[in-house]
Amino acid sequence: MISLHGLTKVFAGGVRALDALDLTIADGEFFALLGPSGCGKTTLLRTIAGLETPTSGSVRINATDVTALPPGRRDVAMVFQDYALFPHMTVSENIAYPLRIRKVPRLERAAKAAEVARRLSLPDLLHRRPAQLSGGQQQRVALARAIACHPTAFLFDEPLSNLDARLRLEARTFLKRLQRELAVTTVFVTHDQAEALALADRIAVMSHGRMIQIGTPAEVFQRPATTFVAAFIGSTPMNLLPGKITSGALHVAGATLPAPAGVPDGDLVYGARPEYLELLLEARPGAFPGTVSVLENLGTSTLVTLETDATLIQAVVPEGDEPPIGTPAWALPRRSLLYRDDRLLHP
Amino acid sequence: MNTDAAGLGRARAAGFVLPALVLIGVFLVFPALWTIYLGLTDYRLTGLAAADPQVVGLGNYTRALTDPRFLSSLWLTVVYVGGSAILGQAGLGFTLAWLLRTRAGPLRRAVEGVVLLSWILPSTVVGFLWFALLDRDDGTLNALLHTPGLGWLLDYPLLSIVVFNVWRGTAFSMMLYAAALENVPPSHLETARLAGASVPQQLRDVVFPLIRRHVLTNLLLISLWTFNDFTPFVLTGGGPEGRSEILPVYVYNIALKGGELGVGAAVSFLILLINLVFALAYLRLLRGRRRAAGRPPA
Repeated sequence: MISLHGLTKVFAGGVRALDALDLTIADGEFFALLGPSGCGKTTLLRTIAGLETPTSGSVRINATDVTALPPGRRDVAMVFQDYALFPHMTVSENIAYPLRIRKVPRLERAAKAAEVARRLSLPDLLHRRPAQLSGGQQQRVALARAIACHPTAFLFDEPLSNLDARLRLEARTFLKRLQRELAVTTVFVTHDQAEALALADRIAVMSHGRMIQIGTPAEVFQRPATTFVAAFIGSTPMNLLPGKITSGALHVAGATLPAPAGVPDGDLVYGARPEYLELLLEARPGAFPGTVSVLENLGTSTLVTLETDATLIQAVVPEGDEPPIGTPAWALPRRSLLYRDDRLLHP
Repeated sequence: MNTDAAGLGRARAAGFVLPALVLIGVFLVFPALWTIYLGLTDYRLTGLAAADPQVVGLGNYTRALTDPRFLSSLWLTVVYVGGSAILGQAGLGFTLAWLLRTRAGPLRRAVEGVVLLSWILPSTVVGFLWFALLDRDDGTLNALLHTPGLGWLLDYPLLSIVVFNVWRGTAFSMMLYAAALENVPPSHLETARLAGASVPQQLRDVVFPLIRRHVLTNLLLISLWTFNDFTPFVLTGGGPEGRSEILPVYVYNIALKGGELGVGAAVSFLILLINLVFALAYLRLLRGRRRAAGRPPA
């Protein structure tokens, strides 16, 4: 278990990278820190590792306060974005390096390295050097080095971002299965929302050193707490349209919808994912009118951009159903969210 | 493959190279060959042998190699190179580079500025500065240590020139190592720290394997420079009683003060040979490493 209390990190220039964070990560949990670059996610991971010293607050790992302990005594293993394999050591020596520092005898080390390598399907590469391996193999060696010393927690810094797109999906599945088998508490940092949704048990969405929302992938995807999270999560960005409620009716982008019960009059932001908008070729009550202006092929579907009087609305249509550019079309929302003062309103 | 990319033709290309070759020939190759020739004669600065030198074969070499003064000078040079270049400049330079690596701002700039200043000052100026520092009667060091009348250059001549050369040459090693350390990825050091490696273990396992070639190149350069360094003459003139007479100073003393140009030339040639052995040994080490590390990727 990892718990953070009031964790704050202010860098020398006055940049507040972590702002009084409180968080508890359960045993065996696969936890993602998600956010755009500069949001503090990597600083948080490095603070848990002990590579950064917090300005205030504490880090506890398994009920031990490790805030003042050096990285080597926290019993955590980290995998870096560039894998940080030592180029002059063989794969076997790399995997066994933490054991060498712990003065494990040479033969025992080699046996342990071979065992972990077998587990990660790397047995034939033990005597090669990192430069002779592919990117995917290097990543597994870095994972093997982290596993070999049986830490209480894994910390992964963008573990998949140096792999090409195809390999990344493969490695993602591999990583998730491995984490399930090992059941070791894992914190990983990513800027890729799809990666976070796919891998994590829980996600913390971060911005400017704060956690905007913590929840399961389903919660974060279906009920984003703020428009920031709404815009960040999802492979196609959510439509966020300015709207207004007057006497029981919601006016958005040229359409009038019934206002949800219990929401007072006033301005708000209307959110609808492109996947939850149905594209129609004739007018229907509650559908947004517009003109088809851009088509983006997504493979099994197409992202259609409608130009309305005031704004752009995007909708995903199945392959083959896309209307030609320039035709009038209507987008009918199937599921939507309302935000006022940048907070999700409970419908 | 067409090797004549500029389309000059052989004759005109040779015309471009010729002036440089002539300069090299006149000022480098000829004096070197002339030194070898002089080393085989009894050429003197003055007297009969100055007007009409006779070839004496290897006599100068046998004389030098059996001269206790030459052998003691060779030993002093080894101590001087080992103490001031390898231990002093390389050791202190690396330590400074390592300590300053994570520092930024005024402290780093101040240290770099001071260290660089000692490197770029002209030798004679530096010589007089050190004279003022180490002087027996009015020296700054004696005033600081409250040891009036202690003649550093007389009582500790070798130590004095070793410390002097460390002070003077550390900047080069520091800058070279600072550049080399920037090539060590921070994630490698952090991986070692997370494994629990101490600083010596981090240096052994992560830093030195990555900067080994910089280290070897630096050691080659500074040991050659120090081996051929004449600046200590400004401080001690080789004395007292030859206790700081390193080889370049020995050559000067024997050839120009003693007037035996032939013997001086022979010893100069010996110095050249020692330098060559040094250089070849380092190159061999470098090449061996490259072969071990540079196996083609699969």
